[in-house]
Amino acid sequence: MVTVEFLGPIQKAPLTLEASSLRDVAEALKKDSEMAQWLENCAVAVNDTLVASLDTQLKSGDKVSLLPPVCGG
Amino acid sequence: MLELYDGALNVPEIITRWYTEEAEYNYGAYIPFIGTVREEDGIEGLSFDVYEPILGAWFEAWQAKAEPLGAKLKMAHSRGDVLVHESSYIAAVFSPKRRVALETIEKFVEDFKASAPIWKYDLKNGERLYAADRSTAIAGAGILGGKI
Repeated sequence: MVTVEFLGPIQKAPLTLEASSLRDVAEALKKDSEMAQWLENCAVAVNDTLVASLDTQLKSGDKVSLLPPVCGG
Repeated sequence: MLELYDGALNVPEIITRWYTEEAEYNYGAYIPFIGTVREEDGIEGLSFDVYEPILGAWFEAWQAKAEPLGAKLKMAHSRGDVLVHESSYIAAVFSPKRRVALETIEKFVEDFKASAPIWKYDLKNGERLYAADRSTAIAGAGILGGKI
């Protein structure tokens, strides 16, 4: 199982799901209508490192974080 | 050095302390950039969420980039609410000469705006509203929304 957490303004509790790559996470989140507005503009981190590919492999215990558009300062 | 505070920054304390900390290191230039909350569109203030693990890694990567130039970076940011005319952000660079300091502070602050995992909200009429229209998607965002 991997944990998916939603940062900042995304009002959603963490999920746990079976996934062997980010592609599986994407498939699961696309079924959630609440997430539609965020998938296009969120960056993704695995275990707190930003990643750029849906083929990123996941193993049990990994943490996937969704980072919506930012505005510090 | 990265410092996070709950609420507004104590600007005089922070910039004076940083000045004192670096006074003996032979830096010829110290440039602080201070971000202050402006009164605009009837807001009472701003509020911030910070994701510390990735912010810390981002800052360390910048520190590593500054080091070969002989420069050192410091940064302070608020978590939670910061009212109008209070300050939420200080970035500072120290370097032997001014040119490196001027160039580094500009690049650092611009990349901070585009990449640092911090989310801003307007405080207005008792609500905390995500500043979506002023926010920037982090480079590489959107992979989950692509066609599978």
